Amino acid sequence: MTETSILRVESVSLSFGGIQALNRVDLEVLPGEILAIIGPNGAGKTSLLNCINGLYRPDSGHIFFENLDITPLKAHKRARLRMGRTFQHTELFAGMTVLDNIKSGRTMDIQANFFGAFFHVGKAVREEMKHRRELEETVIDFLDLNHVREQPVAMLPHGLQKRVDLARALALNPKVLLLDEPMAGMNIEEKEDMASFFLDIHRDLGATLIWIEHDLSTVMNLSDRICVLNFGEKIALGTPDEVRQEPDVIEAYLGQEEAG
Amino acid sequence: MKSIVTDLYSAYYAPYIKESYREDEAIFKSRFQRTWFALLVFALVALPPFMGGYHTFFMTQVLIAVIGAHGLNILLGYTGQISLGHAAFLGVGGYTYSYLAMVLHWPFWLAIPASGLTAAGLGLFIGIPSLRIKGIYLGVATIAFQFIADYTYFHWTTFSGGPQGRAVEAPAFFGYAMTSPLSFYYICLFMAVVLLWGAKNLMRSKYGRCLMAVRDNDISAEALGVPVFKYKILAFVISSFYAGVAGALLVIHLRNVYPAFFHLNVSIEYLAIIIVGGMGTVMGTIFGALFIVLVPEILSNLISSLAQWAHNPDITVLMAPMRLIIHGFLIILFILIEPAGLAGIWRRISSYWKIWPLPYI
Ligand SMILES: Nc1ncnc2c1ncn2[C@@H]1O[C@H](COP(=O)(O)OP(=O)(O)OP(=O)(O)O)[C@@H](O)[C@H]1O
Ligand SMILES: [Mg+2]
Repeated sequence: MTETSILRVESVSLSFGGIQALNRVDLEVLPGEILAIIGPNGAGKTSLLNCINGLYRPDSGHIFFENLDITPLKAHKRARLRMGRTFQHTELFAGMTVLDNIKSGRTMDIQANFFGAFFHVGKAVREEMKHRRELEETVIDFLDLNHVREQPVAMLPHGLQKRVDLARALALNPKVLLLDEPMAGMNIEEKEDMASFFLDIHRDLGATLIWIEHDLSTVMNLSDRICVLNFGEKIALGTPDEVRQEPDVIEAYLGQEEAG
Repeated sequence: MKSIVTDLYSAYYAPYIKESYREDEAIFKSRFQRTWFALLVFALVALPPFMGGYHTFFMTQVLIAVIGAHGLNILLGYTGQISLGHAAFLGVGGYTYSYLAMVLHWPFWLAIPASGLTAAGLGLFIGIPSLRIKGIYLGVATIAFQFIADYTYFHWTTFSGGPQGRAVEAPAFFGYAMTSPLSFYYICLFMAVVLLWGAKNLMRSKYGRCLMAVRDNDISAEALGVPVFKYKILAFVISSFYAGVAGALLVIHLRNVYPAFFHLNVSIEYLAIIIVGGMGTVMGTIFGALFIVLVPEILSNLISSLAQWAHNPDITVLMAPMRLIIHGFLIILFILIEPAGLAGIWRRISSYWKIWPLPYI
């Protein structure tokens, strides 16, 4: 156990009925790294992210964030520790505009009380404008969402929805960003855009990225380390080169990939 | 070279860059909207003195329905939590008012907010089941509350006046009794404007965004730091506050309070208002209230003239249950054909006129 890890998953197990989604998974994430989680369908990747950000409660094990045991904390409390999250099947707020979706990531930073908001006076208005400007100048500009900000998200094409999902998570100034297949269903160009957003996020915001992805060449190119899951077990963890060599991985994942 | 690029860039984005974000976040963004709103407010303030008692009475009825229905709209339309016990909250407001004003002799300007707050306090508890249950099951739980409330209004005589009800006097302002329908109309107009404007403000604040986030996706709301349960409860509290105020105004308006004012069919009527008008918009509440209060009125006028014409007064009796049937029919019709309600139709028409006379550009 190094003092330096930003996130530590300790022997986390989770089961659904008879299915062991996660089996005593250990994982330590270093600050500022890009860590990929890979594995075949149903390996437990999404379940692991859900345990980390509190949407699932593990049957046993602990999660530490900056050396604080967050296992008992609800998801919204963990978000407040600056843990951002995007979803495999974009779970946007379909009835709201792009701008409101993104602003909702700032909930925890807005202190104005109810009556200020009701009468639209004082601090409530000032805060609202401050965050609007910040979001415009950082997230919206950065992810190139200027042209759609007033549109209801339900009308957007898939690739843009994925970007709004990312924007929303970025709006909460995450220290750790959990991304569940952010490139799924994208074409090559969109994937390249997304990859450059990644590197920018990593460089400019210094956020730690944990992401799930199926496309191995992208994973190998972009990640510092890779964690491989199979049937709920962690079967490998290391740099792309190390992981490529692991016999277990070749058998469980890469081999299957080559065969299929 | 650089300047050409920036010029091109800003030319491309010009339509998206507003002078100030503040202007961009205004309630009425276009001149079209501002003009309509100004006209509407002017008409609502200036016309009633010339309308006569019947129409003023009727307009007051609509305003009260607007206040009550917007409460339900905040709960169901904006937050996605169904309630079939909305009338019971109106009842809490109505009975609290009658008790405070008639038994304890509070002035109306204290008793009305107090009625709203009492209902809001109860809403805090009635909202608790929403932690565990959703959708239709929550609907059933709120019906249970409706029935308990019905029973209470009937039997808790010291508080409610029981089945005979209780007479409610015209509100007095420092000793001056405002018996004319016109002065009460202006009180209701004031309340409606403040409450709708406040609700609109809420929806462009963190509070409104959190309510809508809960409606659209409670899982990702949690993941973004929205305490979902807290906001569900908040929705119940705001919603019942509006209902409580509407209930207080209603009993002043009708000069009486009876258990029958607050039965399940009234809850259904409020549901019909926001479904027909359009959920999740202020416009929807206004259109819906106007429509649902207007239609039975026109219908009963038609029926009584029909009864006269046919020399058969029984028709009026036969037609009495029609009201509920019509509400049910309208709910189904709008859910099937126009889920965005009258407000949706209005939006389509107005976006057409905004770009008139060149609608295809
Ligand atoms: N909410 C749930 N209820 C029941 N079973 C679940 C639930 N969530 C996950 N599982 C099961 O747990 C196992 C792991 O699922 P998980 O979604 O974590 O896989 P994954 O690695 O993300 O797969 P994919 O690549 O398909 O997204 C699967 O067998 C899945 O069916
Ligand atoms: Mg998954």
